[in-house]
Amino acid sequence: MVEQLLTQPRTTTDPMLPNLFRIHRVLKESYDTFTVELVSLEGYQTFPFAPGQFNMLYVFGVGEIPISISGDPLHPETLVHTTRAVGTVTKAMRELKPGDVIGVRGPFGSAWPVKEARGADVVFVAGGIGLAPLRSSLYHILSQREKYGKIVLLYGCRSPEDILFRKELEKWRARFDLEIFVTVDYANSRWHGNVGVVTKLIPKAPFDPLNTVAMVCGPEVMMRFTAIELVKRGVNPENVYLSMERNMKCAVGFCGHCQFGPTFICKNGPVYPYSQIQSWLSMWEV
Amino acid sequence: MALQSFFRDSPPLVLEQQHFQALLDALRARGYRLIGPTVQDDAVVYDDVESVDDFPTGWMDTQSGGTYRLESGGGETLFGYTASPQSWKRYLHPPVLELWKALRTNGTYRVASADPPPRLAFIGVRPCELHAIAIQDKVFLHSEFVDPHYQARRDNVFIVAVNCGQAGGTCFCVSMNTGPKAAAGFDLALTEVVDGDLHYFLVEVGSERGADVMRDLPHRPAGEGEIEAADAILTNTAASMGRELDTNGLKELLYRSYESPRWDEVAARCLTCGNCTQVCPTCFCTTIEDVTDLTGSEATRVRKWDSCFTMDFSYIHGGSIRYSAKSRYRQWMTHKLATWVDQFGSFGCVGCGRCITWCPVGIDITEEAQAIRDGSGAAK
Repeated sequence: MVEQLLTQPRTTTDPMLPNLFRIHRVLKESYDTFTVELVSLEGYQTFPFAPGQFNMLYVFGVGEIPISISGDPLHPETLVHTTRAVGTVTKAMRELKPGDVIGVRGPFGSAWPVKEARGADVVFVAGGIGLAPLRSSLYHILSQREKYGKIVLLYGCRSPEDILFRKELEKWRARFDLEIFVTVDYANSRWHGNVGVVTKLIPKAPFDPLNTVAMVCGPEVMMRFTAIELVKRGVNPENVYLSMERNMKCAVGFCGHCQFGPTFICKNGPVYPYSQIQSWLSMWEV
Repeated sequence: MALQSFFRDSPPLVLEQQHFQALLDALRARGYRLIGPTVQDDAVVYDDVESVDDFPTGWMDTQSGGTYRLESGGGETLFGYTASPQSWKRYLHPPVLELWKALRTNGTYRVASADPPPRLAFIGVRPCELHAIAIQDKVFLHSEFVDPHYQARRDNVFIVAVNCGQAGGTCFCVSMNTGPKAAAGFDLALTEVVDGDLHYFLVEVGSERGADVMRDLPHRPAGEGEIEAADAILTNTAASMGRELDTNGLKELLYRSYESPRWDEVAARCLTCGNCTQVCPTCFCTTIEDVTDLTGSEATRVRKWDSCFTMDFSYIHGGSIRYSAKSRYRQWMTHKLATWVDQFGSFGCVGCGRCITWCPVGIDITEEAQAIRDGSGAAK
């Protein structure tokens, strides 16, 4: 074996070799979601990324999975990922402690159109954990608030217990330059908000459909009907962006798993304009 | 490049059959490990070869949907067989490959990458297989990212192509414009001629490396008659393809046919075994396995060939995207003949016919494409 100490920037260009990061902390977000904050172990001070991009996170001996970056692109010294503990890797990741070492490859894929959206109203539509990949974009846009028109976040969850980043949402809700509407599928007796699917919020949301860029992330079926609803309201399909998910093993176009029609989600996605994938979304088992 | 085209344009050479061993020796003297056709388990298998005696002299094959039979009767021909169950893919893109190993010490990890691979010389690469290699080059070398594992193998490989003196029962390279004569991508290309007492190879030189090897071998410029004899063989091969595939508007046809009833029809026969993807010389999909030792101090990442015919292939939280057999067959065939064109600029099929021969139920991609073209839901 050719041994290589990864304590300095690598000379090799093997895209399958991970960078080593240390867990800074693991935050519990809800009963089944958590956020990991990572700092580089290899002397890199920052890890620049564009909002919407993802990393491959590797838990030693367990496995590697794609997770979107949920942190602030203005603070790339800490890599932040939020995910739900549902599989072998995410469950192992949740148990990691500060100081534990984790492998990172990335950042990969396309980004939210934060530049293209300048001057327009921006509508974020999130479903469940789908708020995580949108948060990076929200951070970016709020940091340059004056460059955008109205900003609206429509957020749908299964239940009030599933609401992600609750404290941050409350803080944002207190701002006068950002409107947030939350709806849940199943309410408990303490819930006084909207009940129903997130698409029901679209007709009455305060934005100008003729001058709007929409960024949508959630389960595929939710994104499909959100896009239909946005277009129905008058938003140009080219201005509606969705973040797609498929099985992914390599993130660099070699493994073939993430094909979606003629595209690879790792390279052409995960963020696509709706106009580009509209016909594929309505087909079964693509 | 100027040198290459000089050799490309220069008249072909003749290497007598009795000097074929000298070709092997010259390559080994240059440090290559030789891989060529051998007979194993009643099939032609690409494996290590040392001498001309290792080659499948006189062996021919009969192939059709779900059938492969090796038969003697080819006389003295070394390359009388057609596409074998294995392709060269296993040497450039190994079925199981260790990517790296992580060693844990004092709470941190040291990541070690894999050893450099040996230098290989491939003896007997068919024209369709040259195209298959060029197609995998696009996936692993000429896309956004470069796979250093593939690159290390590919950069070193010496290619002796052998033009096809016969077409197999499931061959359709003429339809795919990939054979039966090698046009590019080789160091040396041979056409084997057996005519009465004559047994020689017409040799085309495709690179300076190839020219360098030829200088070590007894050879002479080919005469008009020898060139014509080789051409006649290849013309005959081209005229006797076992299958054909109409590629006219094929990509658009398949893009239009996602809802074709033919997918139900083929799914009723398809076992989703994935044989077609394993024998295919262009299929590149892989999965990853993480292996740890018992002490937990060593973790190894292994890349393995995968198949889009498995349920796991498209699994995400909540279930598999392609849960039905018809969606998986549709994915495979549409990838080969339509989406591949948009991804990599060519079909993902070279017409070698392996997927037809090695399908246990004899599903035939040319027949399926024609059935979709005919708009017919019935098997032919």
